[in-house]
Amino acid sequence: MRKWIPIILVVVMAGWILSGLRQPPETGFHARDFGRLPVLMNGRFQPFDSVARNSLLQIRTKQTVPVEENGKTRTMTAMDWLLEVMMKPAQADERKIFRIDNNEVIGLLKLQDGQKFYSFTELQPQLDEIGKQADRIEKIESANRTAFESQLMKLYDMLNLYQRLQVSLKPPATDDFAAELEAYQKSLVPGIAAVNARDAGQKFDQDAFNTLLGLMGGYNTVAAFALPLTIPPADISLPRDDWQNIGTNLMQTARTGEFNPATKYYAEMVTAYRSGQPDEFNHIVGEYRAWLADRFAPQVKKANQEFFFSTMEPFYKATVIYVLALVLALLSWFNRSDWLRRSAFYLIGLAWVIHTTGLVFRMYLEGRPPVTNLYSSAIFIGWVAVILGMVLEKIYRDGIGCVVAAFAGFVTQIIAHNLALSGDTMEMMRAVLDTNFWLATHVVTVTLGYASTFVAGFLGIIYILRGLFTITLTAETAKSLARMVYGIVCFATLFSFVGTVLGGIWADQSWGRFWGWDPKENGALLIVLWNATILHARWGGLVRERGLMNLAVVGNIVTSWSWFGVNMLGIGLHSYGFTDAAFKWLMLFIGTQVSLIVLGLLPRKFWRSFQVRTPAQS
Amino acid sequence: MLHQLYRFFSSLKLTVACLVLGCVIVFWGTIAQVHLGLYRAQNEFFRSFLIYWHPAGTGFHVPIFPGGYFIGTVLLVNLFVAHFRYYQPGKRKIGILLIHLGIVLLLLGQMLTDFLSRESSLHLRIGETKNYTEADRAFELAVFDTTDKDSDKVVAIPCSLLVRRGEVSNLEMPFSVRVKTFYANSILDQQSQPGFEPVKTTTGLGAGIWWREEPRETDLNRMDMPSAIVEIVTSQGSLGTFLVSGWLDQPQSFAFNHHSYDLRLRQERYYMPFSLHLIEFRHDKYPGTDIPKNFSSRVRLQNLENGEDREVRIFMNNPLRYAGETFYQASFDPDDHGSVLQVVRNPSWLTPYLACVLVATGLVIQFLSHLIPFLKRRMAK
Repeated sequence: MRKWIPIILVVVMAGWILSGLRQPPETGFHARDFGRLPVLMNGRFQPFDSVARNSLLQIRTKQTVPVEENGKTRTMTAMDWLLEVMMKPAQADERKIFRIDNNEVIGLLKLQDGQKFYSFTELQPQLDEIGKQADRIEKIESANRTAFESQLMKLYDMLNLYQRLQVSLKPPATDDFAAELEAYQKSLVPGIAAVNARDAGQKFDQDAFNTLLGLMGGYNTVAAFALPLTIPPADISLPRDDWQNIGTNLMQTARTGEFNPATKYYAEMVTAYRSGQPDEFNHIVGEYRAWLADRFAPQVKKANQEFFFSTMEPFYKATVIYVLALVLALLSWFNRSDWLRRSAFYLIGLAWVIHTTGLVFRMYLEGRPPVTNLYSSAIFIGWVAVILGMVLEKIYRDGIGCVVAAFAGFVTQIIAHNLALSGDTMEMMRAVLDTNFWLATHVVTVTLGYASTFVAGFLGIIYILRGLFTITLTAETAKSLARMVYGIVCFATLFSFVGTVLGGIWADQSWGRFWGWDPKENGALLIVLWNATILHARWGGLVRERGLMNLAVVGNIVTSWSWFGVNMLGIGLHSYGFTDAAFKWLMLFIGTQVSLIVLGLLPRKFWRSFQVRTPAQS
Repeated sequence: MLHQLYRFFSSLKLTVACLVLGCVIVFWGTIAQVHLGLYRAQNEFFRSFLIYWHPAGTGFHVPIFPGGYFIGTVLLVNLFVAHFRYYQPGKRKIGILLIHLGIVLLLLGQMLTDFLSRESSLHLRIGETKNYTEADRAFELAVFDTTDKDSDKVVAIPCSLLVRRGEVSNLEMPFSVRVKTFYANSILDQQSQPGFEPVKTTTGLGAGIWWREEPRETDLNRMDMPSAIVEIVTSQGSLGTFLVSGWLDQPQSFAFNHHSYDLRLRQERYYMPFSLHLIEFRHDKYPGTDIPKNFSSRVRLQNLENGEDREVRIFMNNPLRYAGETFYQASFDPDDHGSVLQVVRNPSWLTPYLACVLVATGLVIQFLSHLIPFLKRRMAK
């Protein structure tokens, strides 16, 4: 029976993943259908659904909004939420979505304590105060801001994003947008005549003048603030990426007299949504999609693919399976039963397949090598570490590789998730980074170096914890751990060295300096130097098994500093990273690593595993 | 004694010590950049033999740690001696040998780069032609003899001489320049501001100008703007004191012995035997955003010496390499009508490429020569 457990587990989990691919049919307003429509934002085509997910993730740090209705809690998807924001802003204002954790900010804005999330309505009376504070904070470099200041600035940015989304599809005061567009169409000829007559100093029709200018005032607001570019060029001769927002497009209509069909479709959707007519809404979405499909097939396809990718949630699903595998693998150390270890191994294999699917899908969507920013570096580091762990498991079959793989897979996904909170993870590459050749060579090799150094460090942690607190670190296990660390450090040296030098060559190609002692370069160099130190210390007999493990754990500190720490210094040509909240986590991580090293240095008599060994064994 | 030295310099312990010290200064030098700026930290930590501590308020320089050159040199010596001591002919060590050969090449190449390379920049407005580049940080006092309308004779005095505040003379000049005051970084204003003093000169533009000495610039993107008061001293006595400054666009003029002269403190110039003319500058952004997609300059390269005359496009990651100089797209004017090219002359630019190939090959050989037998043994079990 036990023989079959691993297979059964994999089949069950695979079934769970596959079942997620089939979405239940939609009722009411077809938000998912709408969510697949392509728009242009952050310089790239994406589905409305991605705009919704990324915005809500930034504002609420989650991709859903729980709603209390008739005593029951219902979950709003990101797209449900964005539809409401864009089409029924007043209703959206009541949703508690703005996450504020800082007590000083809560105090300043006179908000109720004990809430994590606040609605726009609650924040509205304080907008002036927030703006005033932000004006001051903006002048401080982000690295020098206090926790209060950075949280307030974040809130300011979130409010800004939210308010811009609200005017992305309709002018603020508009109720029936479809009817308004008809009125606009009728008012154009007399209105423009009135404007011209007035400019010429002649008698003019005051009513026609007021009507036209009143409407255009609203469109002007949309033109200035709308975020996604929703209206494709109707003219075939224009470049395919010459999209506009709906306000700019309607302002242009005043000059050309021509209405873009997309504008009308969107206006009708707004009206149908606001008047509570789901059938009408769904029908127009379908018509617009058909109109687009003939003219913008590649953009529609791209949006559909990205939508599919987001709903598949490959990374989330892989994470769940990694956690399950981690538990089983850890149990196998104590229980020593092979079916636990094999179950973990197979599950990691399954999770890795999904992880890989996600990684490759992202590469395909972006048209880029795997690592383009910090977010994707976390995904990639995890992916490599899982492979290394599985290889170790395949060689040694002692459950250690499984723990490494599952833990690395799980932790890097958590890190990636938190990095995604800062916005679109598929943003466009700035000019100097816009080169697939160097992204594929330098960035990938350096990231391989990061991943392998972490794996070595994690093996060191396993050695220390098992040796100190359990009796499972037998002489044999200890010896294979030492071999693993040594092998992985060699591997890490190779990739971090080659990656670092390739980075220098890229720098030589792009600004004429092979080496500039820039923080990011130094971070990479530090990893190379550290790995070289470990190897030479071992060859020179300066360290043995335990020393090797401790040095490998130091490697974790070096790598985390190089991966995140240097981005926090806020200087140099490489500081395109981010970030401040991560600083706390980095310090915490370094703190734990230092404590582990201290534990690793404890005399042998404190190590439980060494106590139980016979003298001959140790 | 000699034997002990030999053992010391060939020991792996020394290697490890150097590597650890290397880690320390790389980390320290990176952190120090927050306060010192990249440029100064680079010079103090990496391009130095010793790292000094400057206790505040005293003029002391106390050496407290080995600098980059020191550690690099010891490592190089260690590497040579250790290879000499442990060298075994044969295929087994070929990987190790290649790795270390590459490292030597890399270290030497970088030291050569530090001494031989020269960075400057070339700022061109659209339609402009220049046959010289300007130093990024170094200024010079240019003395022009403008008597002949067709060609100026120039004597350039580098700032390193002005700093000493002495008297500079040159055979080409019938007078000498005496430096009265020199500020390596300064700010000028037409009104009195807190901390500003009036400029005290006797001749030329200077009256009504206020100035203040500024701390040296640490930001990589900004540079020091020096100013000075200089006196022109002839055999017949002084011609007066003049204000010269990186901030002044106009020259200070005076006449002597029927010759007319201009004085100007300007960025040091390096002349080239060819000229570049900016035809077009493009700054593309991603649609609907301010994210730069590409910067590119279309320039016309003219070399009168060999009659070469062609158009070149310089853009991100695609420099122009010509006559020992490399021109990189570095920056641009805010109005998009001008382009700034970074110009680097680095005779040893190829060394890292070679070093990378050597070390990578060595590492792969070394790695595989251990991994393959190990896997074979494992699989056989």
